[in-house]
Amino acid sequence: MVSRPVDVSSIELAFRTQREGVIPRGLGRSYGDAAQCSGGLTIDTTGLSRMGELDESSGTIEVGGGVSLHDLMRTIIPAGWFVAVTPGTRYVTVGGAIAADVHGKNHHRDGSFARHVVRMTMVTPVGAFTVSPEHDPELFWATAGGMGLTGVVVSATLRLIPIETSWIQVDSQRFTRLADLMSEMETSDDRYHYSVAWLDCLGHRGGDHRSVLTRGDHAPSGAIPDRLRVRSREVPGEPRFQVPRAAPRRLANRLSVRALNEAWFRASSTSQALRPLASFFHPLDGVGRWNLLYGPDGFVQYQFAVPPERGDVVVGAVETIASSGVPSFLAVLKRFGPGTPGPLSFAQEGWTLALDFPIGPSALPGLLDRLDGDVAAAGGRVYLAKDARLRPELLPAMYPGLRDLVAACRRVDPEGVLASDLSRRLGIAR
Amino acid sequence: MNDAFGHPQSVVVLGGTSDIARELVALLAVDRCRSVVLAGRNGPQLGQAARELRESVAHVETVQFDAAETDSAASADKTVVECFEAAGEDVDMVIVAVGELGHQEVDETDTTRIVRMVAVNLAWPAAAMSAAAARLTRQGHGRIVVLSSVAGYRVRRSNYVYGSAKAGLDGFALGLAESLRGTVVSVHIVRPGFVRTKMTTGRPAVPFTVGPDRVAADIVRGLRSGKTVIWSPGILKWVFATLRLLPQALWRRMPG
Repeated sequence: MVSRPVDVSSIELAFRTQREGVIPRGLGRSYGDAAQCSGGLTIDTTGLSRMGELDESSGTIEVGGGVSLHDLMRTIIPAGWFVAVTPGTRYVTVGGAIAADVHGKNHHRDGSFARHVVRMTMVTPVGAFTVSPEHDPELFWATAGGMGLTGVVVSATLRLIPIETSWIQVDSQRFTRLADLMSEMETSDDRYHYSVAWLDCLGHRGGDHRSVLTRGDHAPSGAIPDRLRVRSREVPGEPRFQVPRAAPRRLANRLSVRALNEAWFRASSTSQALRPLASFFHPLDGVGRWNLLYGPDGFVQYQFAVPPERGDVVVGAVETIASSGVPSFLAVLKRFGPGTPGPLSFAQEGWTLALDFPIGPSALPGLLDRLDGDVAAAGGRVYLAKDARLRPELLPAMYPGLRDLVAACRRVDPEGVLASDLSRRLGIAR
Repeated sequence: MNDAFGHPQSVVVLGGTSDIARELVALLAVDRCRSVVLAGRNGPQLGQAARELRESVAHVETVQFDAAETDSAASADKTVVECFEAAGEDVDMVIVAVGELGHQEVDETDTTRIVRMVAVNLAWPAAAMSAAAARLTRQGHGRIVVLSSVAGYRVRRSNYVYGSAKAGLDGFALGLAESLRGTVVSVHIVRPGFVRTKMTTGRPAVPFTVGPDRVAADIVRGLRSGKTVIWSPGILKWVFATLRLLPQALWRRMPG
């Protein structure tokens, strides 16, 4: 069942009538089962779409929990503001971004999304709360990264950053050795606002992996050439291309991806360029329903984080995947800055590697189980917003603050109304 | 809750002493299965199966029932309720492995035995599947795996009491699977050939005889690809496609 409330009272009504199994859902971009609840009630939050007034003096805006970052950006960019943190897609809601405590390419500098939430109002089974890092920090941080298990975020006040233009000055560098890439990131990431690296997991030439490091800063208006001046605060548009629903099975196969990787590597020279925000931050948003390229069996994404001194786990994972024969089509490496107090918030200081795998190879489940073990042993964790298969026993080791979340859940949801397939699968908050 | 690869975490086995079911649960335990309810006839075998399983599965419960009870409906309903309660969480998969091979020569002339064979192999499991399907639908997800048999695919003289009951169960399960198409619950019908188990001890092996471990592996593979009918070994699908078309005069002369 799905309900699409537009105000606080209809959410309260939903909590009163549905006595078990309720979970909020934003735009459904989580890769796993965080925003679904089999047999229960899913609260579609996209009706909570009120866009508040931009407060230019404090650089903040209050928005509904169901407002998408796409709509938010279209509102604030013309006025010279930008969100402090954007994930790899604009098609997420503010509530979802808080619930997964998402990160962007600037985590090494600015931390995760919840760091820039001034305060938020949420509805829980025991009533509404307005919380902030100062007022009721327990509930605030349990909700930041809490995967929706503490209630529905109905509105949030976000701290924005001023920008002069909607363009990014991008520096690209190519590497043929993984070690060179990682040492470059360690020594000079801090000089850039944004930084992310793409790895070729398939190509295994001479026993190493090629990569492209892309880093950038918001372009000042002086950096915009005259021909682009009229577009200096251009807002991101809608997808230009939609993958047809009847896409052939498995367009993303080993061959096509190898070709794509090759083309990507060759096309990215070590260079400087000016790129629009959207193409820098959200390249996949230009293609609607890109997920269908994986075919009807779909894919899993695996993202983990390990402490700064455990870069060896990243190298080991890349090697393991390359030699396993299980293809990973997308590998993204990034450095994280310090995490938040959120007990289930993913980002922790160190390295993070995100990988895409098509479902199908029979060796894949065991491979990921082995990686889980390495990650947990290194004091790392996997990202629950992307998880659909973690071994439940490892959760407390990966998230030592789990009991704080459980305590917060007991307080605002004493009868255990809130639950998702993810929480049931991993035994969270039971 | 199943994970992205379809690995169940919580399983109920009706007919918990079945060799095939035990092999299947052992395989599921390698992946994510951490809770199993074994339902079966009271006796040392049920306790033994539970003890063995506890070595690899954290939470194992047993529930007792007798599929030969006069009131199949009441017994099946009650057993399903007890199993779901014993699980204490969502049940991802219900394995229906209730059955009795009987002794054809004795059974065919004994009306009490005939009624018993139909109760154990058809009436009870069909009622239990229906009750389980209702529970899983309410819960919002789940799979039913039912052990049918090639003996029911084309019934033959040498074991028609067992075979006809299995034929009924197979047909019921196919119908139930159809009725649940497009819903949150699915039914998967397993048609093993001759399997070396305690059920078939002392009987001469026939071509394509397999062990229960092979059947379990075939089931896991079939479930992964979402098959409604899972043959084991897989070649039997084609063997029986041919055998089914044989004229009765020839079928009668087939050995085994």
